[in-house]
Amino acid sequence: MSRVMLEVKELTTKYITRFGEDVYAVDHVSLKVEEGKSLGIAGESGCGKSTLALSLMGYYFAPLHYTSGEIVIDGRTISGMAPDDIRKTILGTEISYIPQCAMDALNPTRKIINFVEDVIYAHKTYITKKEIYDLARERFEILGLPAEVLQKYPVELSGGMKQRTVIAISVILLPLVLIADEPSSALDVTSQKMVIKMLRNLIEKGYIKAMIFITHELPLLYNVTDDIMVMYAGQIVEKGTAKEAVFDPLHPYSKGLMGSIIVPEKGLRGTRLAAIPGVPPNLKNPPAGCRFAERCTYVQRECRMHPIDLREVDDGRAYRCIFTKEQLREAYQNG
Amino acid sequence: MANNWEKTCLSGSGLTKVFGFGSQKCVAVDHVDFNFNEGEIISIVGESGSGKTTLAKMLLGLISITEGEVYFQGKKRDIRTQKKKQEYWKNIQAIFQDPFSSYNIFNKIDAVLLDCIYMRGGRRLPRAKKVELMTEACSFVNLKFEELTNKYPFELSGGQMQRLMIARIFLLKPKILLADEPTSMIDACSRATILDMLMKLRKETGMTLIFITHDIGLAYYVSDSVYIMEHGKIVENGSADKVILYPKEAYTRRLISDVPKIHEVWDLSTV
Repeated sequence: MSRVMLEVKELTTKYITRFGEDVYAVDHVSLKVEEGKSLGIAGESGCGKSTLALSLMGYYFAPLHYTSGEIVIDGRTISGMAPDDIRKTILGTEISYIPQCAMDALNPTRKIINFVEDVIYAHKTYITKKEIYDLARERFEILGLPAEVLQKYPVELSGGMKQRTVIAISVILLPLVLIADEPSSALDVTSQKMVIKMLRNLIEKGYIKAMIFITHELPLLYNVTDDIMVMYAGQIVEKGTAKEAVFDPLHPYSKGLMGSIIVPEKGLRGTRLAAIPGVPPNLKNPPAGCRFAERCTYVQRECRMHPIDLREVDDGRAYRCIFTKEQLREAYQNG
Repeated sequence: MANNWEKTCLSGSGLTKVFGFGSQKCVAVDHVDFNFNEGEIISIVGESGSGKTTLAKMLLGLISITEGEVYFQGKKRDIRTQKKKQEYWKNIQAIFQDPFSSYNIFNKIDAVLLDCIYMRGGRRLPRAKKVELMTEACSFVNLKFEELTNKYPFELSGGQMQRLMIARIFLLKPKILLADEPTSMIDACSRATILDMLMKLRKETGMTLIFITHDIGLAYYVSDSVYIMEHGKIVENGSADKVILYPKEAYTRRLISDVPKIHEVWDLSTV
């Protein structure tokens, strides 16, 4: 049994709108990441992926509010801590976050080295600038970035370079858990590969102990992470290893997602992409039963009546559907 | 060049764009020749900075051409005056990468769609007919006109905006549609919907579709012929099957190897 780096139990967070309505964007999410492992989170826009990423850090600011649940990082419970304590002791050293748009994450009027100084000064006040520079140069070189980058302004770097710089800054204090929120969705395929290689390097060389990778690109997730979790309307609908989730999806929604994969392999041409019809439900007043019922081809009367529980099947696999896995597999085979 | 005049829709010879001069000189597009047939789906593939978007802007007439000529339906394209330009834009339309910045934020959705009707000469139609046309266009892209009317574009989601863009194209019915990375900002699920709609639209109107993308998987899925661009030059072209399954150039092979796959091993060591 390896060490559990990040454990989340029944985490629920909500947004409070300016009209006072509650929107539960993350609804009873539980997950567990072991040392040296990476977890991928897939789902379409607006399903709560990014909110989950923000919630995992334990750092809440309006309109996002913490409701219930527990976040444990390496045996230490961080949920319920004061925001200021979290910023000073957790962010950057225990858990770190890579935003989606690295292009907008860097202040254009400051040099890269200033950002590194900011991160380090927030945690260690007694360090000199020379030491920071040496540390930064060493780390940047290990991660395959030239040391000249440190003296440059963000505008002088290309998109892929900026994203890699942001990653290097995020891991400068060697956090235990790294949360990457769509780090490559704004990049072209070549820069994307460089970013992925860097993240894989980080985890293989042990600079970070665990990673959560969020994206909507399933082929990418399949190649990067060990486990995949599919989210729909704030809930987890499927959990499993990467291979299981891609080649043998159980939940009808994950099945639909797999139908929209585009890869340049023989036999793709001429096949029809299966888009899931309809739109996700409004989370202001979610449906009483299964949240996917409106768009599901296999919907039954029972689905709409009561909330569906996450059904655990053989070792670590889980899905949220009323059917058994044999029934689902048979249904998919018959089309 | 231009041997069969009947079929060629858009072609170019020696198209070049140079930005800046002296030591700042940058050749973005370098003597590009192409020949797009009527009703074909063409993909232009390349990584960032290979000149794809510059080429698209030249085809649209948004920026001047340093050298070379564009031929539209066998004739030299003439867009020297604003009037001629507008005439040309009735035949060629575009969908851009970022749906959020494609709309005039001060115009309501009705105005966006009405503009298209006016462009097709529908200015004097009765109000009811206009509404009917707009409703038809919206239902083509699975949007409800009743919900959209009196709203501003920024009240929609990215996928909805991109679909509204297709509704515009549906009203305009141009001969050529230039789609500049239409799906790179939206998630994989809406991507399938949008590609489906574009295919359906093409089937109905028989227009030429030019896809500009960095995702070679997408190019393989949609297109009949593929042009690969590297540093402003076209390095390889031909039918999609030929170029992507049996690539000749090292650059094409690299682009293909950079895309994550599910049935083959993704080799990370090649970057």
